[in-house]
Amino acid sequence: MTSEEGRGADAAAIDVAYVARLARIDLTPEEQARFQRQLDEVVAYVRKIREPDTSGIEPTAHAVAVRNVFRDDAPRPGLDRGEVMANAPAVVQGLFRVPQIVE
Amino acid sequence: MAEPVNRALPTAHAALARLRRGECSSEELVRDVLGRIRATDGGIGAYLWVDEEDALGQARAADARRAAGNEGRLLGVPVAVKDVLNVRGQPCTCASRILRGYVAPYDATAVARLRAEGAVFAGRTNMDEFAMGSTTENSAVQVTRNPRDPERVPGGSSGGAAACVAAGEAVVALGTDTGGSIRQPAAFCGCVGLKPSYGRVSRYGLTAFASSLDQIGTLSADVRDAALMLQVMAGADCMDSTCLDAPVPDYGAALRDDLRGMKLGIPREYFVGGLAPEVETPVRAAIEQCRALGAEVAELSLPHTEYAIATYYVIAAAEASANLARFDGVRYGRRARAESDPMTMYCRTRAEGFGAEVKRRVILGTYVLSSGYYDAYYLTAQRVRTLIRRDFEKAFAHCDALLAPVAPSLPWRLGEAADDPLKMYLGDIYTVTANLAGICGMSVPCGSSADGLPVGLQILGPALGEEKVLRVGHAYEASASRPAAGP
Amino acid sequence: MDYIPSIGLEVHVQLRTRSKLFCGCGTRYGAEPNSQVCPVCLGYPGTLPVVNREAVRLTVVTGLMVGSEISPYSKFDRKSYFYPDMPKNFQISQYDRPLCLGGAVAIDVEGASRPIPLKRIHLEEDTAKNTHFEGFSGVDFNRAGVPLMEIVSEPEMHSPEEAFAFLQALKEILLYAGVSDCNLEQGNVRCDVNCSVRPAGSKALGVKTEIKNRNTFREVLHALRHEIARQVGVLEAGGAVGQETLRWDVAAGVTVGMRSKEYAHDYRYFPEPDLLPVALPRAWVEDWRAALPEPPRARRARLAREYGLPEYDAGVLTADPRSADFFEAAARLSPNPKAVSNWIMTEMQRLLAERSLAPSDARITPRALADLVALVDGGTLGSTGAREVFAVLFAEGGDPARIVAERGMAQVSDAGEMGALADRVIAENEAAAADYRKGKQAALQRLVGQVMRLSGGRANPRVVAGLLRERLK
Ligand SMILES: [Zn+2]
Repeated sequence: MTSEEGRGADAAAIDVAYVARLARIDLTPEEQARFQRQLDEVVAYVRKIREPDTSGIEPTAHAVAVRNVFRDDAPRPGLDRGEVMANAPAVVQGLFRVPQIVE
Repeated sequence: MAEPVNRALPTAHAALARLRRGECSSEELVRDVLGRIRATDGGIGAYLWVDEEDALGQARAADARRAAGNEGRLLGVPVAVKDVLNVRGQPCTCASRILRGYVAPYDATAVARLRAEGAVFAGRTNMDEFAMGSTTENSAVQVTRNPRDPERVPGGSSGGAAACVAAGEAVVALGTDTGGSIRQPAAFCGCVGLKPSYGRVSRYGLTAFASSLDQIGTLSADVRDAALMLQVMAGADCMDSTCLDAPVPDYGAALRDDLRGMKLGIPREYFVGGLAPEVETPVRAAIEQCRALGAEVAELSLPHTEYAIATYYVIAAAEASANLARFDGVRYGRRARAESDPMTMYCRTRAEGFGAEVKRRVILGTYVLSSGYYDAYYLTAQRVRTLIRRDFEKAFAHCDALLAPVAPSLPWRLGEAADDPLKMYLGDIYTVTANLAGICGMSVPCGSSADGLPVGLQILGPALGEEKVLRVGHAYEASASRPAAGP
Repeated sequence: MDYIPSIGLEVHVQLRTRSKLFCGCGTRYGAEPNSQVCPVCLGYPGTLPVVNREAVRLTVVTGLMVGSEISPYSKFDRKSYFYPDMPKNFQISQYDRPLCLGGAVAIDVEGASRPIPLKRIHLEEDTAKNTHFEGFSGVDFNRAGVPLMEIVSEPEMHSPEEAFAFLQALKEILLYAGVSDCNLEQGNVRCDVNCSVRPAGSKALGVKTEIKNRNTFREVLHALRHEIARQVGVLEAGGAVGQETLRWDVAAGVTVGMRSKEYAHDYRYFPEPDLLPVALPRAWVEDWRAALPEPPRARRARLAREYGLPEYDAGVLTADPRSADFFEAAARLSPNPKAVSNWIMTEMQRLLAERSLAPSDARITPRALADLVALVDGGTLGSTGAREVFAVLFAEGGDPARIVAERGMAQVSDAGEMGALADRVIAENEAAAADYRKGKQAALQRLVGQVMRLSGGRANPRVVAGLLRERLK
């Protein structure tokens, strides 16, 4: 159900198992059933946003109406390598170690 | 009428006066705070982490600075910090398992500004995991109890911050407010909670929940402390593009004892249906009190209020789903044992690291942004957000501030709202609007129910209108603590 | 049946900034792993991006160079996907409002110039670098957050050679604009290639495949040749080309499917709430436009016209703006621009290539080259001597006249001394002299060679030839 093309398709029910995969969260069967029930309810509720007439209304992406905020291209010292690697769950040769990446 | 908060500790401004006069040292003050935590926090659970030695070291450094003739607007004053804000060298777990082991290598801008003025960072307070919740029950670490009734929640997500101030375990505390997370626990615990306008205080160093809604603020024993803290934290920051480059007024000078010449609006939609009478009665009385203080009070309408919760949960969940993607066990924090491939590592790490409410919101947010649904949910919610923002713009064209309840009910019993997410979400109805509109808001205690549970009065002001909100709050607070005050 | 390929390119170019796109970390290549990182580019909790103005300027300058429309309103978006080289597991990019729209890069195919239209140019952050070990991988975040400009072409190249020409023309423009070092070995320019084939006569484009992340233009050329042949083969055999993402296996010389795309992609773009929109003031864009360098094609035409150079010379000189700059500086000081051009195209390029140097590394000044040309044209230096002097100028710098004087390299043109040598050579080579008198021109060269040898190479061959001719009349 989630393979609809385009970004404007009418909302269908939430498929918790599929979306949890997209969000990279394993769910137990119990969680999956519970979240499905709870989120069905939440999704049904949030459809309320379609009640008011929003045609011709600009979307608000930011709470402040400011533009063109930039910084100068000036290098600044970063973090000490020791401090960086001390926070890392796994390290190899000064790199963050991760499971094998397959391309 | 509000009951004075039962506190064994001074306010920040009173403490500063004593420190300046040499009546006490910062070390003595911090020892008092640590003593209070040791004595009472076992029954409350407001703090997640306290490093007594480190706190005392900071206090002694503040005393030395004062002895050397250097002042600081908060020199020697201990501040409790919500576990969502980065303080260099301290943990910052957001009350989540997934950030176990993370040590912040930098100060949040707000923290750095307080530090520069001599504040002492004494401990970190409990919260709903990643600030998602209204009871602090979503903490992965511990339960926090309401100091006014240990069987009730302190509110959330800044529940630990509100509880430690209300219980006299902190002089003043930093919180964050994405949809009411400062104002609602302040109301539930009976202290002052200020949420500044979006862009007033830099968000740099605040672990993001919903970037377009989050804001750092304070929980304090009185309004003057809120003004004092805001004075130090507010202002442009080159590390946060959304932080406004607007002048910072003298907030202390805004605190007056009357409301003459002020126009206050009462939004009709905030007094309908679900508002509990035990809440409505003290709020109505507080409104009358404001009228007695010289304000002109008139009803008005914020017609799109009924869409606020739905709008808020779509936007907040969507932004959260991206903001929390970084918690993957690669660069910091906790990683699940799963070495086969990155996908498995991510899925297990996040399954083990996140609690139920965080999972629900990340899944909801991922759903509303996913292919085919973006327009129907996220984009539509942004348009409704515009309508809600305009409601407030129109309202503030006619009045200086709005008065309303903070939450529709008294503090829930522990466990009462657990696992009924929609019920909990609906409790945010009066607070999420300020975040959607980017305006400022404050909760001040306005008496209690028959059971002695605190009730908050919400004061909403226009964007960058903190002076107005502080003035109303201070005048009301001052009159409420004067026994003879009244019409 | 004939098949027509349609090729589109997405070229990722690292911009030449001193700091990263959203934080103050340095961008130096080859630093110790994870030494150019900070809380922002490591995606630490609580951090926020702030846009580097220079990265925006360089992107807009590129757009102006290729005739793009500069968007009056542009914004940044989050593109979500989980990958260990992504610090936030979303990339800050630009989805529907890029900085630049349209434009074109002209390429020369079979003598004719053809514009390849562009879709857009946008700005985004680079990813970290993965290193693969036996059974696990490691990640270095130094590259994470380096500003990356993505230039997207329309699928309007019809052969691998056109794609190659596009990349070369684009690289020239980027070098001219000074927006990137375009160091291919350091991965400054990386290419995603999409390609489809359709039977001649058919209008609809075929199903396209995407080949990811090629670092050199040759790889693009080879990968495309292979992929087009593969697709044609599939169609000829009655099959259908599948829409897929491929990887070019350099060693095997084949395209292979990528396994990392194990899950359907859904990037969940939405506006970056931490960054505000960009609506560049017109005055900025006009200032940048006014400061644009001359584009390489215009410069090529002008060099040919102004200095009377052959097209070929102008092409070689303008391939690198630094060579062209050097040429123009020297040519303005010399009455013989063609000779100046020859030195740059031959000796200078050879020495630079031998030593893997950039034109700016050579010590020779434009003034010195102009003087060297004058010494040769005036007869003071012969070609061998001149090359020797050039090598000294290249490595050490200095004034050619002084080098010639110090080393006693000046040619001898004195008629008295030369005349004596000519007489002696004619006397000792009667046969050759007789041959010349009978009309064999080549014999004269032998005699000139003899005089040169006797003079120790210092004789001016033209003067010698004249003296010999006189005596053999
Ligand atoms: Zn950085």
